[in-house]
Amino acid sequence: MASGEEDGTVEEKETNNKKRTKGAIATAWLTFYNIAMTAGWLVLAVAMVRYYLQKGTHKGLYRNIARTLKFFQTFALLEVGHCAIGIVRTSVIVTGVQVCSRIFMVWFVTNSIRQIQNEESVILFVVVWTITEITRYSFYTFNLLNHLPYFIKWARYNMFIVMYPLGVIGELLTIHASLPYVRRSGMYSLRLPNKYNVSFDYYYFLIIVMLSYIPLFPQLYFHMLRQRRRVLHGEIVVEKDE
Amino acid sequence: MKHYEVEILDAKTKDKLCFLDKVEPNATIGEIKSMFHKSHPQWYPARQSIRLDPKGKSLKDEDVLQHLPVGTTATFYFRDLGAQISWVTVFLTEYAGPLLIYLMFYFRVPFIYAPKYDFTTSKHWVVHLACMCHSFHYVKRLLETLFVHRFSHGTMPLRNIFKNCTYYWGFAAWMAYYINHPLYTPPTYGEQQIRLALTVFLFCQIGNFSIHIALRNLRPPGSKTRKIPYPTKNPFTWIFLLVSCPNYTYELGSWLGFTLMTQCLPVAAFTLVGFIQMTVWAKGKHRSYLKEFRDYPTLRSPILPFIL
Repeated sequence: MASGEEDGTVEEKETNNKKRTKGAIATAWLTFYNIAMTAGWLVLAVAMVRYYLQKGTHKGLYRNIARTLKFFQTFALLEVGHCAIGIVRTSVIVTGVQVCSRIFMVWFVTNSIRQIQNEESVILFVVVWTITEITRYSFYTFNLLNHLPYFIKWARYNMFIVMYPLGVIGELLTIHASLPYVRRSGMYSLRLPNKYNVSFDYYYFLIIVMLSYIPLFPQLYFHMLRQRRRVLHGEIVVEKDE
Repeated sequence: MKHYEVEILDAKTKDKLCFLDKVEPNATIGEIKSMFHKSHPQWYPARQSIRLDPKGKSLKDEDVLQHLPVGTTATFYFRDLGAQISWVTVFLTEYAGPLLIYLMFYFRVPFIYAPKYDFTTSKHWVVHLACMCHSFHYVKRLLETLFVHRFSHGTMPLRNIFKNCTYYWGFAAWMAYYINHPLYTPPTYGEQQIRLALTVFLFCQIGNFSIHIALRNLRPPGSKTRKIPYPTKNPFTWIFLLVSCPNYTYELGSWLGFTLMTQCLPVAAFTLVGFIQMTVWAKGKHRSYLKEFRDYPTLRSPILPFIL
């Protein structure tokens, strides 16, 4: 009986140790990931500033940064995995939707429709994304290191108020600009007749995507406003006590 | 006979909503709901959830007051389930839609296809066959709703009818558009493929109906008893040996048959989405069977024999 009890506690200790090691590995990986992403988007920011200072125009800027943008934005797919395996406590669906919409914008609109790559709206959303991501990833990094400067927290929970609508405007204008080229080329579309008895019109699909911003944007925006109130409201209570 | 006093509080605000005195000990929750409805006419019994604990499970209408863990002054908590609609109404509406919508595409009513095709019929015989199968399927569902099924719950939340109708009607329109399209392409392997598909479809329709009859016979009229279903003399029910919810198995088979018959990607998509939903339901049903019956046959899987 006595040895049975000992086995029990040994097993417990082993599971607890395993949990602690898993937690440590997760934290180490996430710290590395967030530092890498902060660095990546910083590189993008620097590249864009340098290009503009050297050339004095935004024309050709997208082509110049395209590879870096595609790399770091696509890498963000890992974040869906982080939620799925539980090392980040956010909904898989919310993260999935956000990352997918970015991937869609980069690969299926801007990258594949060359004629719109010099539009101002492209620069608008790329700049907005860069500012937002640098703030977001540095916030996560400092959080993981337990040393969060107030101005990063302030930035994360306040800049979206302006950044978010600006980003949406940039994205919508870009999709809108691409419509005539999509229609003319018939790209990504499947016409009848075919043996699968289905058709797909990318032109109308893009219009539906644009319309879907109408119900989706307010929901996400108000969700973030609520989060902001919850995070910053807590601080106000503390100040009152002091 | 000692009478009970019943007070009903709002589960969220804990406000006292209703006080009933001189309640019979053998009164059921259903009867208490009727009494509560009298003082609050906007909350008809179907939208009342009465529980012992604000965050606990809903009590059943059949539960008897004196058999519940309450003192002679019983405190219940009330939650509004929202506007309710009867299951029969929802089923009839969600099934009548696909039946009529598909026919509109089949008969090529104006404004769907190019004007020169208005009120023409397809030149492919498989398209006529598909229309018959699709219509038969939904007529069968409507008749089963009216004459076969015995529902455990009377009602469901009102918003479900919008969700369900969007799903059924939307998919029906999407698949009907392509099957009845002037540029429709018949199946690659022609008559062989269509004949096999029709056999599978009919076999599974009969199977599905057999299961519905078997389940109906498990439950006497007006009761809400639950029993383990077993194979009967009808060979189509022998699948109960391997599966908890063979009605879903046969339903999947029917739609696989229809997909093969029409060789239409939207039909395949509808089959896939339906399969995912039915698997979720089958797993839930399987789990409740296991929980409720100690002697539940271990060979059975929720929906696919040995697999899922």
